[in-house]
Amino acid sequence: MTLRDLTLAEMRDGLKAKKFSATELAKEHLDEIEKTNAHYNAFITITREHALAQAAQSDAKLAKGAGGAIEGVPIGVKDLFCTKGVLTTAASHILDGFKPQYESTITTKLWNEGGVMLGKVNLDEFAMGSGNLTSFYGHVKSPWEKDGKALVPGGSSGGSASAVAARLAPVALGTDTGGSIRQPAAFCGITGIKPTYGRCSRFGIVAFASSLDQAGPIARNVRDCAIMLNVMCGYDPKDSTSANLAVPDFEKALTGNIKGKKIGIPKEYRPDGIDPEINAMWDKGIELLKSLGAEVVDISLPHTSYALATYYVIAPAECSSNLARYDGVRYGLRVTPEGGGLTDMYEATRAAGFGAEVKRRIMIGTYVLSAGYYDAYYKKAQRVRWLIAEDFRQAFEKVDAILTPTAPSAPFGFDYKPSNPVEMYLNDVFTVPTSLAGLPGISIPGGLNKDGLPLGLQLIGKAFDEETVLGVAYALEQAIGFTAKPQKLAGAAA
Amino acid sequence: MSLDAKAVTKIARLARIAVSDADKEHYAREISGILNWVEQLAEVNTDGVPQMTSVANMSLPLRADVVTDGNQQEAVVANAPSSDYGCFVVPKVME
Repeated sequence: MTLRDLTLAEMRDGLKAKKFSATELAKEHLDEIEKTNAHYNAFITITREHALAQAAQSDAKLAKGAGGAIEGVPIGVKDLFCTKGVLTTAASHILDGFKPQYESTITTKLWNEGGVMLGKVNLDEFAMGSGNLTSFYGHVKSPWEKDGKALVPGGSSGGSASAVAARLAPVALGTDTGGSIRQPAAFCGITGIKPTYGRCSRFGIVAFASSLDQAGPIARNVRDCAIMLNVMCGYDPKDSTSANLAVPDFEKALTGNIKGKKIGIPKEYRPDGIDPEINAMWDKGIELLKSLGAEVVDISLPHTSYALATYYVIAPAECSSNLARYDGVRYGLRVTPEGGGLTDMYEATRAAGFGAEVKRRIMIGTYVLSAGYYDAYYKKAQRVRWLIAEDFRQAFEKVDAILTPTAPSAPFGFDYKPSNPVEMYLNDVFTVPTSLAGLPGISIPGGLNKDGLPLGLQLIGKAFDEETVLGVAYALEQAIGFTAKPQKLAGAAA
Repeated sequence: MSLDAKAVTKIARLARIAVSDADKEHYAREISGILNWVEQLAEVNTDGVPQMTSVANMSLPLRADVVTDGNQQEAVVANAPSSDYGCFVVPKVME
């Protein structure tokens, strides 16, 4: 047992009680990160000096009995959040050397409440991927292993999930566009929540698909996610889609009592050919909810099977617009062919700077928005998206929350080679509908499969009802009692 | 929808991404595969269904039309691959 095994809540309370200092806590994490980063590759940039300076400030405040909600707590920041003066890459070659001149709203809030930045964590390039396999800075390994071989951490917040599971940070920032918080949390046996669209400011987050992108925390339990959400949520006039609503105290929602709560079980989340162990884990979760006094209700979300195709029109369309800004003029990489003009520079810079998946999505997005195809693809997808959101609206007239598996499979290895891009996209089949509807969703560990690998359960709530999502997730988490540690950590201890 | 190399040339040009002739066939095949898969959306009856444009059902806020920021020339060009006199420098545009 090291300080790194403590949860965020335990660190917060231990720091306040002066059982250890913020500096000790930061050092212990930084040492382990530096020792293991050659293996996990979870961090793109380790900010030791920055962290120790913040920790010293926290210690000064804590000594006076002062300090914020997370004073002295170490945090990994997905390298998609702009951090002033600190390299911010979005895991892309095209942002080479980019040091933002301003700080994102979410990270500003974290530092105001005493958070300590350990570094910037790896991700899929521009958050586009489901295995952290598209980063310019290389693959990230999960601490979970099969037959002694590392597995993928999921994506796109793969560095966040790997770091938290490997005890390199108690909590990390993630972002979720189609499942990028929930799927890696499931793959790494930890907990991650995507709040309602509009809860967390997008200001200063490198944009992928603006109508879907939402920040959230990845942590080792529900309480730690609630504590982080308390700090992260809130109205921000710098984000025109930020919700001007009061933010409740999410930690207070963790009562453990879910008697009489109605939980919907959508029949469409049992597609043919799905891993039977996923269904079994889901069924176990349903039984536990019943034993806790919740009422389980069969529901239907009839347009579920169209969500992925809808997503793969809308997300690339928005990405093709958002990523138009990377042109070699204002920041990052510039490639100018010999004797080339401005357009040659744009085209060469973008060809060299973007990876294969990002280029593919920009080209699809460009195509579906181009003259003659806009109605057939983009408008059509926006209408189907409305139907998907309507499915949820109708379901939530009958239920308080919805329980589903988080991902259709267990985490896979680096030898997994999908035969086409669509096969990789299927990883997000259970998380994308929630994103399209803008609803809050959490993934908690549901149990282990026969290979000893974690499988995730997802709880989905009504818009701006994170309290119910967290409350039900907390009760279910206590009932499941998941304590398994990744093989890599068990091996290190032996 | 099946794309050919010519269509890829057009998309790549619109997206300002240089694609070599050798890669065009590859892109054509891959993008066609994704578009064919996406075409399942045609099965869904969307007659009279509105387009979803806001997930939180909010209208965009307005603010007073006043200057809120400025005098940031140094910060604006701080990350530029090439700048001079506080301006971005690019290859010649006029022939």
